[in-house]
Amino acid sequence: MNATPLTQGGNAYNFGFLDEYAKKEVRRAVLKAIAIPGYQVPYASREMPMGRGFGTGGLQLTLALIGPDEVMKVIDQGSDDSVNAVNLRQFIEMTCPGVSTTTKTTGCTLIQSRHRIPELPLTAQQIIVLQVPYPDPLVVVEPSEDKRKTMHGEADYSRLLVKLYEDIVKFDEITISHRYPTRINGHYVIDPSPIPRWDVPKLDDSAALILFGAGREKKIYAVPPHTRAEPLAFSDVPFRVEDFRDGAGQRRACARCGSVDSFLDEFVADSGSKTYQCSDSDWCDGVEASA
Amino acid sequence: MNKILEVRGLSKTYGPGCPQCVESTGPEADTNLCPHCGSVVAIHDVSFDLFEGEILGVMGESGSGKSTVVKAIYFDQAPSSGEAIFYDSDKQHELFALNAARQRWLRNHRFGMVYQNPHLGLNFNISAGGNIAERLLMSDVMDYGAIRARAKALLARTEVLLSRVDDLPKHFSGGMQQRVQIAKALATRPPLLFLDEVSTGLDLSVQARILDLILEIQQELKTAMVVVTHDLGVIRLLTGRAIVMKYGRVIETGLTDQILEDPQHAYTQRLVASAL
Repeated sequence: MNATPLTQGGNAYNFGFLDEYAKKEVRRAVLKAIAIPGYQVPYASREMPMGRGFGTGGLQLTLALIGPDEVMKVIDQGSDDSVNAVNLRQFIEMTCPGVSTTTKTTGCTLIQSRHRIPELPLTAQQIIVLQVPYPDPLVVVEPSEDKRKTMHGEADYSRLLVKLYEDIVKFDEITISHRYPTRINGHYVIDPSPIPRWDVPKLDDSAALILFGAGREKKIYAVPPHTRAEPLAFSDVPFRVEDFRDGAGQRRACARCGSVDSFLDEFVADSGSKTYQCSDSDWCDGVEASA
Repeated sequence: MNKILEVRGLSKTYGPGCPQCVESTGPEADTNLCPHCGSVVAIHDVSFDLFEGEILGVMGESGSGKSTVVKAIYFDQAPSSGEAIFYDSDKQHELFALNAARQRWLRNHRFGMVYQNPHLGLNFNISAGGNIAERLLMSDVMDYGAIRARAKALLARTEVLLSRVDDLPKHFSGGMQQRVQIAKALATRPPLLFLDEVSTGLDLSVQARILDLILEIQQELKTAMVVVTHDLGVIRLLTGRAIVMKYGRVIETGLTDQILEDPQHAYTQRLVASAL
């Protein structure tokens, strides 16, 4: 194989920080993950110059996939300007010379995101990488990884459904707010990373490839383009997304741009009053500019 | 009568096993521990038939291998050799030739098991209703309303107070836990039910109510059952036919009345004579 380092000029690091063997290993895991939708593929998960749990899984995917002509967008909880996103973006700019970065969802080719999928529908030219803290949805019901693997293999998710049952018994609704267990292509159930329920329907039949990277847990999995993604639910208690209506039944609008069809963050002022704003900053900017 | 289960030559050995294992264990050798290789011959060459709506008793002393028989058929432990055929309406399943997923399917859909220890049969971290829901969800019932209604109906049938549907089983008395376990086992209306020492360890009045319940259910649903117990009273009350085991071998088999009134094997004679 050709694994010549792509060092350029005075830069001592290989292009994309990872050495070519490491990239190849991650890419193989990605191919396997795409071939078996929703299956958690183990991989080596290299040490990165940041703590595990800060997005190293997503970052390794990004660095293995990125090319010199890439247009990169990094999101942290919907925003391009929060600490995690800024740090990762600067790291990518530093280690991948020639790559351009953007905060716009339109036009970017690779997105690394923490806890959100952009509001704007992604296209077939785009890949989104999500950072995952806990890849296995069964971990809440079964501590042994060995048994979990068998359960995944046999698509035995009844104990997960019992959790939902108990939720409805206690609270009359399913109370999972994020990391909603979602069945991919009719078999494997994944933990879709801590995206809100609002984003779960975006996994279904997505035009873009969606990749999940867990650095600490050393797993990669994928929702390939145009693949079924069904959140677990009962036939008479269907899955539903967050309800942003106020007491009068009116859909709340973003305080900044006025959008009424995006996921809203709640801000509590010192006075105790609440305001709501788009979580996706690029969406908010876009709506505001067109108004 | 239609046959529902046919077991032939069922054997289970724990340990390395050697050619002398079989001949140097059993009732004649008065041990189930092979003196040559140290293996435990838990059961050897157990064969029996079970017919629709019938209750078969498996009795014997502690360590005679009676629980191992039902655990093997319920796929809790794979046997070393032997075969078992389950006749399911128009289909036949050769139990030990199926792959793990098919075995799990049968176990969830067509079999039921009530263990002596409720900790084995129930999940103590979820409510009584949740335990029944789990079993229904395993058999692909996906309607919350239907699950809830069925759980309540089953618990009412097994005389668990409906106000306690959403309580954790660890807050229940032993008899109630056992009744929840029976409700759970019956959730999918299985044609074949295994009862492993269901009433052992419960006080006499609770024991009597559990046994009554089992008999009523058997009358109602015509479920075929294999009842494992060392209690001759339970055998006499519940079963029509029985097999007697010692050191992993079947030493006597026949109608329950016959075995209890006119035991043939010396061990059975002692067993019956020693009963209180």
